[in-house]
Amino acid sequence: MNIAESHIDKNNNKTHIASCNACKQCAPLGACIAFKGIEGMLPMLHGSQGCATYIRRYLISHFREPMDIASSNFSEETTIFGGNRNFNDGIDNIISQYHPAVIAIASTCLSETIGEDVQRLIYEYKGMHENESDLPEMIFASTPSYQGTHLEGFHEAVFAAIKALSENAGSVGNHINLFCNMISPEDIRHLKEIVEDFAVQSMIFPDYSDTLDSTSWDNYHRISEGGTPVSSLRRSGSAYASVELGYILNSGGMNGRIKENAIKQSAGEYLKAKFAVPLVRTGLPIGLLETDKFFDHVSRISGQPTPQKYKQQRGRLIDLYIDGHKYVSGKRVVIYGEEDLVVALAAFAAEIGIKPMLCASGGESGKLQETLKIVLGDLYPGDMIVGQGFSFDQMEESMRDLNPDLMIGNSKGYYIARKMDIPLIRTGFPIHDRIGAQHTRTLGYEGTTILFEQIVNALLEDKQRKSPIGYKYM
Amino acid sequence: MSKEIDTTVKVEDLSTFKETVLAKYPKKVAKKREKSILINDFDANPQIQANVRTIPGIITQRGCAYAGCKGVVLGPTRDIVNITHGPIGCGFYSWLTRRNQTKPENPDDPNYMTYCFSTDMQDSNIVFGGEEKLKQAIREAYELFHPKAIAIFSTCPVGLIGDDVHRVARQMVEEIGDGINIFGFSCEGYRGVSQSAGHHIANNGLFKNLIGRDDEVRGSAKYRVNLLGEYNIGGDAFELERIFEECGINLIATFSGNSTIQKFENAHTADLNMVMCHRSINYVAGMMETTFGIPWIKVQPIGAESTAKMLRKIGQYFGEQELIDRIEEVIAKEMVEVKIAQAKALIKTKGKMAMLFVGGSRAHHYQNLFEELGMTTLSAGYEFGHRDDYEGRTVIPTIQIDADSRNIEEITVTKDETRYNPRKTEEELKALAAGGMEFNEYDGLMAQMQKGSLVIDDLSHYEMEKLIEMYHPDVFCAGIKEKYAVQKMGVPLKQLHSYDYGGPYAGFKGAINFYNDIEMIACTGIWKELKAPWERESIVEAEYVY
Repeated sequence: MNIAESHIDKNNNKTHIASCNACKQCAPLGACIAFKGIEGMLPMLHGSQGCATYIRRYLISHFREPMDIASSNFSEETTIFGGNRNFNDGIDNIISQYHPAVIAIASTCLSETIGEDVQRLIYEYKGMHENESDLPEMIFASTPSYQGTHLEGFHEAVFAAIKALSENAGSVGNHINLFCNMISPEDIRHLKEIVEDFAVQSMIFPDYSDTLDSTSWDNYHRISEGGTPVSSLRRSGSAYASVELGYILNSGGMNGRIKENAIKQSAGEYLKAKFAVPLVRTGLPIGLLETDKFFDHVSRISGQPTPQKYKQQRGRLIDLYIDGHKYVSGKRVVIYGEEDLVVALAAFAAEIGIKPMLCASGGESGKLQETLKIVLGDLYPGDMIVGQGFSFDQMEESMRDLNPDLMIGNSKGYYIARKMDIPLIRTGFPIHDRIGAQHTRTLGYEGTTILFEQIVNALLEDKQRKSPIGYKYM
Repeated sequence: MSKEIDTTVKVEDLSTFKETVLAKYPKKVAKKREKSILINDFDANPQIQANVRTIPGIITQRGCAYAGCKGVVLGPTRDIVNITHGPIGCGFYSWLTRRNQTKPENPDDPNYMTYCFSTDMQDSNIVFGGEEKLKQAIREAYELFHPKAIAIFSTCPVGLIGDDVHRVARQMVEEIGDGINIFGFSCEGYRGVSQSAGHHIANNGLFKNLIGRDDEVRGSAKYRVNLLGEYNIGGDAFELERIFEECGINLIATFSGNSTIQKFENAHTADLNMVMCHRSINYVAGMMETTFGIPWIKVQPIGAESTAKMLRKIGQYFGEQELIDRIEEVIAKEMVEVKIAQAKALIKTKGKMAMLFVGGSRAHHYQNLFEELGMTTLSAGYEFGHRDDYEGRTVIPTIQIDADSRNIEEITVTKDETRYNPRKTEEELKALAAGGMEFNEYDGLMAQMQKGSLVIDDLSHYEMEKLIEMYHPDVFCAGIKEKYAVQKMGVPLKQLHSYDYGGPYAGFKGAINFYNDIEMIACTGIWKELKAPWERESIVEAEYVY
């Protein structure tokens, strides 16, 4: 089937209007993932029940864990007269069934379009129940799905939680905030291990390492155990430093936003402005160089040298690079997914001698190219295509002449890898055609080791499979 | 968790369920839920509350009208380009998630099901309107594929900002020409109470825009049937197509598993409609009878016995000995393998308990398979069924139409002046009815379920937890949203939306697959092994060796 030629002009600008096979999901989905990182939380989507159902089914297919999301179940009547009553009923019923410590609310395109003022609804609800001592905390993130992608929704939720809960303790504590970005539960656990080994007290947020990757249970837990405690979120205002992973986060523009007046703040920026918490921003620690940067920051902040354990991990990674360089050198890769993830993966690919040919994302921060240039430095390939606001359809079109050897990204790109008969290394979100998405390891020296091995082995497997002889030594 | 399963749950025990869960709800909610939970006693004409709006804050299995329209009914047709008009989420989440399979007859035949088209509405479209963007999307889709038909599906904001998808469709038909068929669906997610609203909207659209556009009688003039409400999950339609072919039955169209535009357009040339999923497609059956004179019967080709029953009904309807004999031959041949597989499974499955909470027909149909496995369905209910799906179609006149149903378009159809052709005379129909055939009739789920079993409509997540906790069934049937929560509690969950990526389960071969799968998941001892040695009550203690 012939894909229209008209999608991308010579200057690589989008010329088509509609989306064919999008490389992004909607904002409330991202918000739900981030909210899952709060201890004792139950999320509610303010809008039609279909949003909660679709998002639940989609997140569950990735994490394979229970994922309860309530909805205020808008009807046609609600749509016309407003969601006030549905909101109150929804909160009442959540409290009576679940007794959550926190109810996190995200809006949808329906409630945003009719102009629901959810902050006011929360205020009014609290007013009506002011004599009740154990009222849950309520957090609201504005996430209309016609603005930004799931990642903007994620960062908006992180920001909303911090804004709603952080307090000024009066004095600076001995703890740090680590805003870990949208990573796998296993990677969150690894980050926790690293900061613990530096003997730093830290609040990792959002910590869904247990809530979205729990054990088998003896008794059913209505709300999964784990998550960043509310008390830690409150203390985020008195931390002596914040570390944010990801260069772009929600700092750029958004798909289709009319007003680009930069009202968006990241959680770290908010704490810096409000409570003067110093902010360090570095990339997702994937690959040797970006992981070095991360360890350097943590070492400086903690005043501790990098523990021997990580020096060993780093040493083994370099040794592995040496062992495997001949298999990867000069290979051509297509990388896609969330923007910060794309930057980190591209930096990693470039440092091991794999040439990123196309870096694509459904996000439209407007910052992808400049960030890639800064992070990759001399390793930035001049002819690399950077696709902001790309769909898979556009990616496929761009890839036609790129002759790539492999793809790195989520499951949705599989059909292209299949057509081109090249391996796909699955990472990011969503992964629903492999088991173990929650255990994907990419961060730190160890995560990079696993990723590097996956890549080399996929290339070897590909070569072996296509070889007419079938060598056993490769 | 690994407690021994009590296979003798008594009716009295089941009746405590209701009071237990209701006690936890606020008064208002308890009062409402009370009417949707009942102990089955079909002879006493019980009335269940169904198809009413889910209470906010109660976590439901239900989806929305968009999901029912785009995802369920129109999704499985391979040669219509489906464009979602709205922000990206809805289109993305319905992109190949339902496992509808399709098999183009030739390698060059179009299959657009693997594509996800969306107008990806942005801020400015919400403010200034999205019709122009939609038009452009249609132009692009046309340039890309030159399809015979394009369908437009509205999401929530489209209705709010007042984009008229139907007008856009008309305008684009004129602009593009080329005999293209473009039609829109007002299936905004806030309409109705569940995906059921979307099914109805889709049914209307199918009838208005596709059915009856092509009068050419293709293939044999004998034994022409349509199968309605079969969506080819996991290859179900392929298995049924195989069986029909073996029997010499001429399947004109399936709505809408493995379907094409041409099959829809040609469907009115069939002589019998068979309704499988009553909830999602009965409107089409009714309209085709009124307009073209095609009678319809309810069938359940889930379970080997009920598949055989369906075939015999077809034989009886056409009444020709040649067909009846052929059907009996096929049944006899197929049943050999079925019986072997059944006997093997029965050894382990007999006496086990199942619960089913899924769909608008599956919670009923799959009870056939469990019966064949010697298993009892302790509790069941629909996600989006109506009262007639529980109590039978006889209650339809007594169903109160509420505001949520009133906003779904009801189209009135009349006899087609030239093409109305009653396939059977009144006398013939009477004779067939006297012979046991029921036309335009569906008895519902409660007629089949045992007295004393528990029927629950729109089961909430909380009620599901309670069911598992209190009765610990051997297998729980629902979907992926429920799967991992149920399995955390040590009960296997069989997905009856996606079949856990297995199937087919329809027809004879499907029954064999289901026997094997249930034997495997419901009779495994693995759930007893979850505790580590040190967590078990009697620990073998180590001894010192001197």
